[in-house]
Amino acid sequence: MKNGLFEKTLFRLAGDRGLLAEYGDGIDPVVNLKVRAMTIVIKNDMPDGVIEIIPSYRSLLAVYDPGVTTLSTLKATLTTMEQRLSEVEIPPPRRVEIPVCYGGAYGPDIEYVAKSNHLTVEEVIKIHSAGDYLIYMVGFTPGFPFLGGLAQELITPRLETPRTLVPEGSVGIANAQTGVYPVASPGGWQLIGQTPLKLFAPEREAPLLYQAGDRIQFKSISGDEYTRISEKEGTWTHS
Amino acid sequence: MDTFLILTPGPYTTIQDKGRFGYQHIGVPLSGALDQFALRIANLLTGNPEDSAVLEITVLGPQLAVLQEADIALTGAEMQLKINDKPAASWQTIRVEPGDRISIQQIKTGCRGYLSVSGGFDTPVIMGSRSTYTGGKLGGQHGRPLKKGDILGKGAGPLLKKPRQLAKSQIPRYTEEITLRALPGPQDDFFDEGLDFLFKSEYTVTGKADRMGYRLQGAPIKTKENQPASIISEPTMPGGIQIPADQQPIILLVEQTVGGYTKIATVISSDLALVAQATPGVKVRFEQVSLETAHRLYNEDINRMQTIAEQLSGP
Repeated sequence: MKNGLFEKTLFRLAGDRGLLAEYGDGIDPVVNLKVRAMTIVIKNDMPDGVIEIIPSYRSLLAVYDPGVTTLSTLKATLTTMEQRLSEVEIPPPRRVEIPVCYGGAYGPDIEYVAKSNHLTVEEVIKIHSAGDYLIYMVGFTPGFPFLGGLAQELITPRLETPRTLVPEGSVGIANAQTGVYPVASPGGWQLIGQTPLKLFAPEREAPLLYQAGDRIQFKSISGDEYTRISEKEGTWTHS
Repeated sequence: MDTFLILTPGPYTTIQDKGRFGYQHIGVPLSGALDQFALRIANLLTGNPEDSAVLEITVLGPQLAVLQEADIALTGAEMQLKINDKPAASWQTIRVEPGDRISIQQIKTGCRGYLSVSGGFDTPVIMGSRSTYTGGKLGGQHGRPLKKGDILGKGAGPLLKKPRQLAKSQIPRYTEEITLRALPGPQDDFFDEGLDFLFKSEYTVTGKADRMGYRLQGAPIKTKENQPASIISEPTMPGGIQIPADQQPIILLVEQTVGGYTKIATVISSDLALVAQATPGVKVRFEQVSLETAHRLYNEDINRMQTIAEQLSGP
């Protein structure tokens, strides 16, 4: 299968209220950039009857109200918007810095990750925090970012037995993926650190600190800094 | 205002409204009442806007002590409603007074009951909705199902001058065998005979059936040769019929935003309430319909709701 952009967008029927627009194949930053651009363009000028636009790796889902618009109208509108894409200025992706306290109680699996890749813990921290990660998609749980860009040297298999509870803010590695858990949930990722930032706070005006298409950088912080930020963030408690 | 004290919560009773729209792109699922017809009727019977928050009751109902005069109505699954141990009818307005005790028994048919109160259940609006999403611990009563000792309030809303009742002919019947109409796609091109299998076979609802999805059991559905079951993860719609690696279909519902398996077909919007009311053991058949048919049915549902709303609110 060839990666890259499709010459012609592939529309797929997702029931009587959903239209899936596929812009390319594979997990490819170029394809994801187009998904992001289309998401911005559509949301800036929401067509009548469109309720929600949900971007993902290489496609977006337009949820519509068939009482207001038709499938053919919606397809035509999205196609026109795509043709005008080159005329529209798309703001560059946001860069979101996430402070992480690596190792110790914050990242109980960091030694395993280091050992299995023949690295020291310090090298794991250095490599992981030097990465520039693209958020391909957000989902699975509220705010969970699917990131691309993990360095080859850090690839580590999942835990054999998943944890029943991964604490909120945990940063982990699973195979070639890295990510962060904005809400506590079960999970099988190797945990290497934790952020004190409240990434997802339902009561906050912007409930999530990033979105699909943005870039994430992790910054190594000390335990003291973790405590300081954590106290400041404490006001955003989950209901 | 304190309106109800929960004496027993039932196994899984949550606050739900129409759903949480506009946040799926950050991984916050739609949520909301699984049976939107029963939600709307329950609200109409107590004089509320159709999308007000109600209690979604699963399999066995709660017992509530009434602290404040209110109108209530129970719709959805057939479950005996009692006020002070005296049987009361579903699908109609009932006036309750302080000191009354409401109890809702085990289901007879259907799976989910909906209890509305005049003014609507008044929990905080989180991201545009009162719906409970337990997976994200948000919405409803502190993001969790109700428990003993919870006190629930209602919003401001006048009591009805006269009780309302849904016409018997309009009350849905929940059966042990259901037919769900579905549209092929989004990944129907990943299957050849699999699509015929889906529309020719009978499936059974398993015990793994919740607000996230319903796992079915029956004839395995195979993708085309050399076609893997997994795809690059993409957003999902309620009603999507996902075929995971074990080839047994899962009907996706309202507590999931993305998925990494193929979806052979999608149950039409008009039939999602049938899924909501199916219990484990119910036999399921799928019938292929066109998009035009699905949209015609969708618009008929809107007109039907309009008619019912006019009938109930009276001249």
